[in-house]
Amino acid sequence: MEHIVIIGNGISGVTAARHIRKLSDKKITIISAETEYFFSRTALMYIYMGHMNFEHTQPYENWFWEKNRINLKKGFVETINTNTKTLHFADNDKLNYDKLIIATGSKPNKFGWPGQDLNGVMGMYHKQDLDNLEKFAPNNQMCKRAVIVGGGLIGIELAEMLNSRNIPVTFLVRESSFWNGVLPDGESEMINRHIKNHHIDLRLSSNLKEIKPDENGNVKSVIIEETGEEIICNVVGLTAGVSPNIDFIKNSNIETDKGVKVNRFLETNIPDIYAVGDCAEQHEPIGQRRPIEAVWYTGRMMGETVAQTICGNRIAYKPGHWFNSAKFFDIEYQTYGWVHGSKGKPDYEQHFHWKHNDDTKCITVAYHKDTNTFLGINTLGIRMRHETFDTWLTEKRDVDYVMDHLSEANFDPEFYKTFESEIYSAYKNQFQTA
Amino acid sequence: MSNELNHSMSLAKPEANNLSIKQKIAVLLGVIGLFILTLALLNTQFPNKGLFLSISLGLITVGTIIFAHDAYLTKLEGIKNDGVWFKSMSSRGILGWVTGIVLTGFYIVLYFYPQFLGQGQNGEANTGLISLFDPLSILLSGNPASQWFVYGTLYTVAILIFGYKFMLKYRHNRYQQLRTGSVMFFQLGFAFLIPEFMSRLNESPDYNLPYYDLKSMWPLNYYLFDGWSINGLLSSGNLGLMMLLFGIASIFVISPFLTYKYGKRWYCSWVCGCGGLAETAGDSFRHLSSKKLSAWKLERWLIHTVLVFSVVMTTAMIYTYLGKDPNKFWLTRSTFLLGVGILLTLVFVITMVFKRNELDKDARYGAIGYFVVIAALFIMHYTGTSDKIFLIKSSALRSAYGLYIGSIFSGVIGTGFYPILGNRVWCRFGCPMAAILGFQQRMFSKFRITTNGGQCISCGNCSTYCEMGIDVRAYAQKGENIVRSSCVGCGICAAVCPRGVLKLENGSMEGRINPNEILLGNDVDLMDLVNQK
Ligand SMILES: Cc1cc2nc3c(=O)[nH]c(=O)nc-3n(C[C@H](O)[C@H](O)[C@H](O)COP(=O)(O)OP(=O)(O)OC[C@H]3O[C@@H](n4cnc5c(N)ncnc54)[C@H](O)[C@@H]3O)c2cc1C
Ligand code: SF4
Ligand code: SF4
Repeated sequence: MEHIVIIGNGISGVTAARHIRKLSDKKITIISAETEYFFSRTALMYIYMGHMNFEHTQPYENWFWEKNRINLKKGFVETINTNTKTLHFADNDKLNYDKLIIATGSKPNKFGWPGQDLNGVMGMYHKQDLDNLEKFAPNNQMCKRAVIVGGGLIGIELAEMLNSRNIPVTFLVRESSFWNGVLPDGESEMINRHIKNHHIDLRLSSNLKEIKPDENGNVKSVIIEETGEEIICNVVGLTAGVSPNIDFIKNSNIETDKGVKVNRFLETNIPDIYAVGDCAEQHEPIGQRRPIEAVWYTGRMMGETVAQTICGNRIAYKPGHWFNSAKFFDIEYQTYGWVHGSKGKPDYEQHFHWKHNDDTKCITVAYHKDTNTFLGINTLGIRMRHETFDTWLTEKRDVDYVMDHLSEANFDPEFYKTFESEIYSAYKNQFQTA
Repeated sequence: MSNELNHSMSLAKPEANNLSIKQKIAVLLGVIGLFILTLALLNTQFPNKGLFLSISLGLITVGTIIFAHDAYLTKLEGIKNDGVWFKSMSSRGILGWVTGIVLTGFYIVLYFYPQFLGQGQNGEANTGLISLFDPLSILLSGNPASQWFVYGTLYTVAILIFGYKFMLKYRHNRYQQLRTGSVMFFQLGFAFLIPEFMSRLNESPDYNLPYYDLKSMWPLNYYLFDGWSINGLLSSGNLGLMMLLFGIASIFVISPFLTYKYGKRWYCSWVCGCGGLAETAGDSFRHLSSKKLSAWKLERWLIHTVLVFSVVMTTAMIYTYLGKDPNKFWLTRSTFLLGVGILLTLVFVITMVFKRNELDKDARYGAIGYFVVIAALFIMHYTGTSDKIFLIKSSALRSAYGLYIGSIFSGVIGTGFYPILGNRVWCRFGCPMAAILGFQQRMFSKFRITTNGGQCISCGNCSTYCEMGIDVRAYAQKGENIVRSSCVGCGICAAVCPRGVLKLENGSMEGRINPNEILLGNDVDLMDLVNQK
């Protein structure tokens, strides 16, 4: 029986395994050094905040794996011998494979800051990071202040986590406004205000210069590059993005750059070896997507796709329209299609922006300047229906149609106040005055 | 490991969970209020009972209001679940266990030893706790209090004050607010005040109304068809007759219609008193329900057994009540049994013919098994010799049902175990009404929870906070709608979802159940290929 071995029990590896099991009778083994069972990385924050226990973040009960004949092996793969098709583990164990899927995910970026390896400095990616945070920041007696470096999605989650235990937070963001590499200005500025409303000490246009130790090798303070200001703190969270977790592959025959290089079929340069999820890097980006897509949904989709290929139905990874979502403290964010922030915005992309007076809801609609084609939408504080926008994007609707039918896409709970007519008249007015 | 560290008994407890000064004062006020009740229980003679009762309930109310204001209004609107699994009360810590034991003890005394609460025996005056409530009872109905009046008052106060707290907690969510306002209204009006006023009517010789909570339907109010209840209604003129007819119409017309349109939530989380208490006072315990597959299996067996029990018991009660002579009253014992038989057979056949494919295996076995049991009872009756079976057993059945289901299951376990098993133990494992509504919700209803394409991140908030123990995530992460008989439509899963994945909706029955393998967002051809199979 063919033996499929998967390194990494995150969403991409587990999805691949589940689909391979559905399609075939092959022997399947999933390897992870992190946890025994699959858990949802996106839910790490809720454990620290006391919303859930660790077990609640596991999407399948423990009996699931045996029942579906998926072997789980805990261990760290140190080297891959592609000639003998053997994995070598840190504890000297070995395992042979017929086909190998690399799904090792990401690791937090560290940019060589002085002091980045001190006690109390941590990323927020793995279960071990969470344990570490629990150790150094269990409450605001042990951790009088925390500094977060890097204003992305994980940074703001970490701020919310610490805030839930009343630990004062200073949030260093390199950009001039929160996440404005991705969010249009109106949205980004609204989130700045929301962060401050939660009593976070938000420092925009601020970089980390160094982290200073105390006499025991613990964090004592950080120094800000721009101002030289010293901020006394006990914990430093490094959340300046992630990169593929593939150091152990670098000295094998498998081609890597930032990530493991794959073609459209998620195949590496070595036959029978595939890569999916955060660690895979496309030779050529797909459409406007990045060559490395480090989000949950794309990991899942790559898992769904590679399972087909491995089970004899070779197909390319061809994701549909882009979508994503996040939550900034109390404000939910959804996006469908492409809406760019002011930096990466193509010339043809025009925006319509509407913001509610209460400063917790807004939308940005992107459309083509010349053809009026609808390109995408961002919403903050209003839920929208994925399926509706997916259809409109496929049908290449023009922006007038979308604005006129916006209420069909509303996904807020029943009895919520709706804003479509207000949005529509704002949209109409903009053209009368323009 | 981190979980160990976080546990409520840990010393390095997160600071956020310590009470603020205001909250401490609020707790103190509430405890003083409870202390007055305790003193009354220990037979302290208060000079002015009305005054002390007002002070006691007033302090409990004010304490809860101050606590809720400080807990929620000092923060921005949003989900307020921080520290739920760290707090001793809400994570089966010491406080949770103590509360559970005290509540359970209270129910045991209430149901089986009311004399300890001060219930006057053989027409004597009340003493103790119950006498403290005499002034209020006399004000409302003209009669002295009973253990049920005390219970009803405390129950109503609990729904009102914790309902208020819940509305502040979800002040950003209109669905939650309206729903809570609705259960507060129905509890205060229909379960508490109207029955008291009805017993005012009984002061006139024309009326002999039994206690009747109009919103409570068979089989929840299984006593509606007891002889004394029917006699009472029938001897209370047109009003009594109308109430009986309303009771029957609720079962056969009103409830099926509303459940078809809105799902069982119209009752379970908008109207029902048991649901009302669970959603308000029980809200802090909703995450304690078990989400295991094994719990779901147990649930299906248990709840349907209770349903069969209650159907058989009610049939027997009405059977006993009816006469044999068609000339006296058209509905005789045999026509009645025949009617019940035909009705059950119809429901059974229609379901099997139209919905066979939607029932999974054990549901089908269950249905067949139970159908055989009921059929056997009828056969026994019609073969003649065993005419007595129903006759002898009906009263015994009735008291067994009242004891095991009505008292022990719904009260002692259902509410007493809130802090241990979660707030909907009764609704999930025992309530025969929920079984009927649930069956209809699964088969013939427009209600479903829609999942939003491919947006689920499998975080587990929805499953954790589902009080009915439904593994919502298992559906959401497959992009599949949630159509489950046990869902009471509380809407909390949708509220706590951080990615806006869930929406409670009433829509067309077509495509309501949509098993999926590959989610929206991937290659359209691949989705077609895999999902059409
Ligand atoms: C806090 C946080 C919040 C997030 N929130 C969102 C969100 O809201 N939406 C979203 O779309 N995305 C989110 N993400 C990103 C998302 O979680 C990731 O894109 C996704 O989990 C990647 O899945 P994966 O299967 O590729 O890898 P991973 O989940 O990283 O799994 C890889 C596994 O492989 C193991 N491994 C690696 N190397 C080895 C080795 N040599 N030997 C053995 N095991 C090894 C790792 O320990 C790990 O367990 C979030 C990420 C974090 C950290
Ligand atoms: S599935 Fe959602 S709406 Fe239904 S009972 Fe559970 S939490 Fe409530
Ligand atoms: S809460 Fe929302 S995102 Fe999380 S598992 Fe449930 S449906 Fe998915």
